[in-house]
Amino acid sequence: MTERHIPETDVEKVSYLRAGHSLRSWLLTTDHKRIAILYLYAVTFFFFIGGAAAALVRIELLTPGGDFLTNEGYNRTFTLHGVIMVWFFLIPSIPNTFGNFLIPLMIGARDLAFPRLNLLSWYIYLLGGTLTLYVLVAGGVDTGWTFYTPLSSMFANGNVVAATVAIFIAGFSSILTGLNFIVTIHTLRAPGMTWGRLPLFVWSHYATSLILVLATPILAITLALIAAERLFGIGIFDPSLGGDPLLYQHLFWFYSHPAVYIMVLPALGVVSELVAAAARKPVFGYWFVAFSSIAIAIIGFLVWGHHMFVSGQSMYASAVFSFLSLAVAVPSGIKVYNWTATLYKGHISLDPPFLFAMSFIGLFVFGGLTGLILAMLAIDVHVHDTYFVVAHFHYIMVGGTVSAFFGALHFWWPKITGREYIMVWGRLTAIFIFLGFNLTFFPQYLLGYLGMPRRYHIYDPSFQVLHVMSSLGASLLGVAYVLPFTYLFYSLRYGKPSPPNPWGVTGLEWTTPSPPPKQNFDQIPVVTTGPYDYPVEMEDRR
Amino acid sequence: MARAQILQAILIWVLLLILLSLTVGASFLPLGRMNPVVSMGIALIKASLIFWFYMQLKKERGLVRLAALGAGAWLLILFLLVSSDVVTRGSF
Amino acid sequence: MTQGSPVHEPYTEASQQHEANMLGMFIFLGTEIMLFGGLFAAIMVYRIEHREQLIEASKRLYLWIGTANTVILLTSSLLVALAVQASRAGSRRVGATLLVASACMGVGFLGLKGIEYAKEWQEGLLPLTGVRHAFSGPVQELFMGLYLAATGLHAVHLTIGIALMVGLSWRVGRGSLRLPQKALTVELCGLYWHLVDIIWIFLFPALYLVR
Repeated sequence: MTERHIPETDVEKVSYLRAGHSLRSWLLTTDHKRIAILYLYAVTFFFFIGGAAAALVRIELLTPGGDFLTNEGYNRTFTLHGVIMVWFFLIPSIPNTFGNFLIPLMIGARDLAFPRLNLLSWYIYLLGGTLTLYVLVAGGVDTGWTFYTPLSSMFANGNVVAATVAIFIAGFSSILTGLNFIVTIHTLRAPGMTWGRLPLFVWSHYATSLILVLATPILAITLALIAAERLFGIGIFDPSLGGDPLLYQHLFWFYSHPAVYIMVLPALGVVSELVAAAARKPVFGYWFVAFSSIAIAIIGFLVWGHHMFVSGQSMYASAVFSFLSLAVAVPSGIKVYNWTATLYKGHISLDPPFLFAMSFIGLFVFGGLTGLILAMLAIDVHVHDTYFVVAHFHYIMVGGTVSAFFGALHFWWPKITGREYIMVWGRLTAIFIFLGFNLTFFPQYLLGYLGMPRRYHIYDPSFQVLHVMSSLGASLLGVAYVLPFTYLFYSLRYGKPSPPNPWGVTGLEWTTPSPPPKQNFDQIPVVTTGPYDYPVEMEDRR
Repeated sequence: MARAQILQAILIWVLLLILLSLTVGASFLPLGRMNPVVSMGIALIKASLIFWFYMQLKKERGLVRLAALGAGAWLLILFLLVSSDVVTRGSF
Repeated sequence: MTQGSPVHEPYTEASQQHEANMLGMFIFLGTEIMLFGGLFAAIMVYRIEHREQLIEASKRLYLWIGTANTVILLTSSLLVALAVQASRAGSRRVGATLLVASACMGVGFLGLKGIEYAKEWQEGLLPLTGVRHAFSGPVQELFMGLYLAATGLHAVHLTIGIALMVGLSWRVGRGSLRLPQKALTVELCGLYWHLVDIIWIFLFPALYLVR
């Protein structure tokens, strides 16, 4: 660790980062690695906008009275937080940055199957994002991120149409990415890269892409129908015409429950890589982990009705959905058991990526188990629409996905930028995120179980202690999320140049220089070994 | 252009028109609750003809065929589980 | 099938590139099927919930226009299928003519559809704000909403298809799209056209033949 600026190395001079310096060479690039960087900037931006909305919510909830935001203002703030975090951060976060960067490298290809489509997908995302920012400036939406009818179609005063159009547009970005990934994984694997030799990261992205392609169009049509009702008066969900609001919920959750798996499956793939790398052992039960991703993608489509247990849905359908929801836990459980078995007798070093992976597993198990509680009909009636639900899905999406996002950032940072960061800070960040997260969201389980409903900002004073704890945790979490930006940006200038394989792990991406050249591989590699063929010769590691 | 292929395409078109007249004709029969089954069944046959012959799925590999069928299978999930609610609602 | 078509980055073989293009197109068509699938789910639910009123509402539609439009689209699909064969055989003139003809069929469809909308407008059957309404009951308005949303979305897709066909026939006719090397482009656009036809094949009985 030196304080001196380390000039550009020879590897960096021929890398993708230096293949063209102009802004134009970035904005018109079709290189999947550069598009991944463009996405990284964009999703980080939206992460902080969504985070700012979360901060407003937590400040408001410090006191039992509604004395910081108005009722309407509070509704608009949490809606904006949900919309931005779900569609503009969580869904594109891991697939469009790390998936984009790594899938071609991992399967031994020079690019994705449709490079120009990939760039188009970024611009579509930006268009949707810009429209969302317009919604924000124009005064927001107050329907909640779920846009339930008839509230959204007949009564809400906010910019519902603009918001639905923004999400509609962003959906096409998702569809194009999913399509690109599926075709890439099918047609561009290097010679010898059989399905049994694919890294688990690629398997989980394959499963994610299936959901992106199959579920997103349903969301698009559903939101389009809301917009049609508001703009033209075509009342498809209008109860006064005999329309069925539950139909809206069915269509919405047919997308939005699988969307939860869009958010978490890539994270599961990241953790499989991080765990194998930390243990320096083959993943225990490779095929089980691979197919559990596919199973999650498929069964995930059969469970959406558990969002509608108290909505007037038929009791018989609810019973079926409850059973199916319990079933989706099985493949998730398989993954957790196999990660644990992989770590058993491994040669573990406490590097930052490993700490993030451990943090992920802990929070994911906790969020998953409370998901089982919510899947049970009788208990769900008690805790439905309370902070118990809020805590549950934040454990999966924030505790799970965001931890994995930071884990991936710390693991592949040397590959992406060619520089090494200071490990101590990475470890500290992992620990802070874990502590801050639990302090924020564990009290919310208790709040929910005691009866604190979600989406209310005026509450019984007896809940205040837990709410203050949660807000304090959120401040710690906020600091922990900003921390990586200091030492990671510092590493760009002052960091030690990274060897091709700084962690001493398997994977085709680590056989390329750090950062990789524009073409990825001088020659398309021929794969002769499995994905986690440990132990690795350590001579690469300087 | 090979003559056999042109003839085949025209034959399929004739078949499609026959199926169309069948489905319009069947809609005038008092089929009751079988009406949607018949009309959607005929639509499915028409769609399969177009998929198989006009869209040349018969020449493509299994994977491409699977991609074409996948969406249909997923729609079945949607229809099945939504109707499981709609049909049994209110009967408790 | 695509002999002689140039291989672009990131592909190494023509067969790989062909399969990627076909797979990509069919997945895209799959997303279109899902998009309309949401509307079909809505039609199904309301058919279960309001069976009698829906039958009455469906009887008010112009069956003869719907049937004529189905004939037009089926015929256009035949023309497109022949155009694909012509472009594979490298016959530029025939290909371009067939593509223009199918685009004209599409325009004919939209014209008839427009006449149908105009008639319904006059009868007060279009559930738009600012338009005179003369519905016999709320469910008829609901059904006409579904009808308008579904046929409108289909018309948007057909318009895109017409634009594709016109552009394609222009490029084929001028020779800027070389045949048979680039027959795949015609084929992919053709797939889109067929799918728009298939969607209509299902919309027709779901809207016009509810009995």
